[in-house]
Amino acid sequence: MNASRRRFLQTAIAGGMAATVPLSALRLLTPDEARASIGSDEVRWAFLVDIQKCVGCGFCVKACKTENEVPYDVPVSRTWVERYVVTKDGKSHIDTPMGGRDGFTSGKVQEEEIPPEEITKAFFVPKLCNQCVNPACVQVCPVGATYQTKDGVVLVDRTWCIGCGYCIMACPYGVRFFHPVTKTAEKCTFCYHRISQGLKSACVQACPFGARQIGNLKDHDDPVTKTIMTQRVGILKDEYGTKPQVYYIGLDERVR
Amino acid sequence: MKNHAWRPLAVAIGAIALLLSVRATVVPSDFGVNGKNFTYGFHRKGSIDDWKSFKVKYRGKEYCRDCHEEKVAENMSSPHKVIECENCHGPAVDHPDNPAKLAIDRTRALCLRCHAALPYPQSHRAEMPAIDPDAHNPKQACVECHNPHNPNLEAM
Amino acid sequence: MTEELIVHGLDWTIKDGFVYPNEFIYWSIQIVMYPYMTGLVAGAFVLSSLYHVFGQKDLQGIARFSLVFSLALLPTAMMPLLLHLQQPFRGLNVMFTPHFTSAIAAFGIVFSTYAMIVLSEIWFVYRKYFVDQSIALKGQGGIASALRRALYLTLTLGATGTDEAALAIDKKGVKLLAAIGIPVACFLHGYAGFIFGSVKANALWMSPLMPVIFIMSAVVSGIALCMLTYIIIMEYKKLQATLARGRGDETVKELGGVEMDVIMKTSRYLIGFLVAAISLELLDLIFRGYTAMKSWDILRDVMFHEDFVKIFILQFGCGNALPFFLLMLPRPTIRRMVVALALVLFGVFMMRWNVVIGGQAFSLSFEGFMHYKLPLIPHNLETYKEGLFGALTVITTPFVIFWGINKIIPSLQKV
Repeated sequence: MNASRRRFLQTAIAGGMAATVPLSALRLLTPDEARASIGSDEVRWAFLVDIQKCVGCGFCVKACKTENEVPYDVPVSRTWVERYVVTKDGKSHIDTPMGGRDGFTSGKVQEEEIPPEEITKAFFVPKLCNQCVNPACVQVCPVGATYQTKDGVVLVDRTWCIGCGYCIMACPYGVRFFHPVTKTAEKCTFCYHRISQGLKSACVQACPFGARQIGNLKDHDDPVTKTIMTQRVGILKDEYGTKPQVYYIGLDERVR
Repeated sequence: MKNHAWRPLAVAIGAIALLLSVRATVVPSDFGVNGKNFTYGFHRKGSIDDWKSFKVKYRGKEYCRDCHEEKVAENMSSPHKVIECENCHGPAVDHPDNPAKLAIDRTRALCLRCHAALPYPQSHRAEMPAIDPDAHNPKQACVECHNPHNPNLEAM
Repeated sequence: MTEELIVHGLDWTIKDGFVYPNEFIYWSIQIVMYPYMTGLVAGAFVLSSLYHVFGQKDLQGIARFSLVFSLALLPTAMMPLLLHLQQPFRGLNVMFTPHFTSAIAAFGIVFSTYAMIVLSEIWFVYRKYFVDQSIALKGQGGIASALRRALYLTLTLGATGTDEAALAIDKKGVKLLAAIGIPVACFLHGYAGFIFGSVKANALWMSPLMPVIFIMSAVVSGIALCMLTYIIIMEYKKLQATLARGRGDETVKELGGVEMDVIMKTSRYLIGFLVAAISLELLDLIFRGYTAMKSWDILRDVMFHEDFVKIFILQFGCGNALPFFLLMLPRPTIRRMVVALALVLFGVFMMRWNVVIGGQAFSLSFEGFMHYKLPLIPHNLETYKEGLFGALTVITTPFVIFWGINKIIPSLQKV
């Protein structure tokens, strides 16, 4: 191959590769942005659920939907309560009618009558977004519409979300959904608008039995933090490496 | 004649330039890495403030106490003190300005949330005073006999 | 105006057992169409590149055609996405603020690069034709001719030389781009596979084999589509010649001979990629059954009960084994080829279906199922976009576009 042909090929290949470099990804950070990215050290939100205390009244679901403007009559919710009834034959009977929005007022699980003498154990499990340390949902967002705040809460930018649903597919816990009105991805925010001004999340306030609590892991005097640090607590699906920050007292191996 | 092999590349670069110029007008200036790292912190910074300014609806019992002191006192002397007023009456929001009145729910369904008996020994549910909804006055509203603010079972 | 409250997915999901309240089949028919269409793009391009780069002279007949057809498929590949997005007008956000940790964002960039490569290669192939046309249309009266001439002049991008040196540059350009295009096409479809394979939350999708499986089946579908379309076009030409000159005419026999020759040679490549695709999918299945992870119980239920027909009868049986057998039989006929190719295309479609829909057939709880009910007759925008008619719109568009492009860039004769 003569010299000019070789040079042509070299420059053509280089040029071709250069054309694939996405220029929109290259940007210099301003000093402020660089500082911001280092992070604040004061707050890391975490949630504590006591399974024994939950009676399945559903006031939390009702409060959440109302506080966060999630349409009341649709089957999606930022938080929900599951019922587990385990019978002597070893079967788990699990249900969550409308997410537990109206509470649990009948002993029938998925239309099946369960005789009380057959029940070996039964309990309620509230669930919500785990605000993971390594949120898989944030990793897969193609446009940067969902993100993690410095205090650990994962939020969605409703003005930027394109509604692709990748985050919904990526969440191992099934906490995300499409908001029927805004048509963007939606999930529990720990009521970020409330906790940022010293209030409790709507579900925490609504729960009559203290089954739901929210606290700051960085504050070692916070009762929630003390419980998490000193008592035996469980988390959901830790095998995915997401490091969820909703802790459960009395978590059972049957919980899905 | 100059090498025309570069023409398509020039068009491609032109297209990218066009994209970048459109981007400069469409993408908000506070969009970038605003947190831990690119993986978890790539977003429009203003979105956080959008969420912080979201309207608070539930005010809590202390807010109700300002005007409804008697009712709150009555409630606080009963086992129902653990229940928020707004659990049954709905969120106060800007009450008494908006809404002027809050709902009063007299249905059985409201009370059955806690008081429909369910035999679940590992849950506090089993320790609740409870009834069989089909057997205990099924056609009547609970509030006809029980005061929801202070359901004094002993007095019945 | 009151908006109908639509919970996306509620219309076409039937829940069975215990399913989390927010779970629905969010990724439905359009997400099945999307990798299918991009697979056809990549496959058609690879076929054309096999000629331009590796000098596979036996593919000369089909190479030009498959390149232009791949161009017709390009804009179509974006359609399923636009129909699926809950905020389609924000679709360009992926180009403005791509979050590269997401396979979808990277896919957007790779796809755009790929589009530029295909367009550039077509330019090099047809530049002389554009120049010739602009000269031929000169002096011809009428608005139509003037517009056409202006179009061709623009398409030359000002490079109007047709001497030996200029044509040699064109040839080099084609070869280079076809060469670069092959790894980019593989990258493109590898990425589509990565979009699914990297979702650790989904027990069926999560697999490092997914990108490779997608690449292989994409090439299979692309080659099969080009072969099938080529046959249809050649049969049409034969029909035209028969009507003009009678059945036994030399032209018809010649066309038939060329057609069979091209098809036989191309089918060897098809068989190779088909074997690779089948092997990988079986490997994935066997591995899952052997290791029997937590999800195996529900996956086994889905694969061997709920979706048994869709996976083993339709996809592996009709879509892989049967066409493989037909392709290997001696004394091939065009009719048998058409059946085999149609089955292959069907098989690749079923593979996409079984991955996308199959992955959502079971709940994250592993204690329930979700059955997919494809909306047939649309009763609102949502059930059109994500229903049968939305899919039909997508599948017919490349042919419409191809018909249009072919008027400017003729791909069926030597130019």
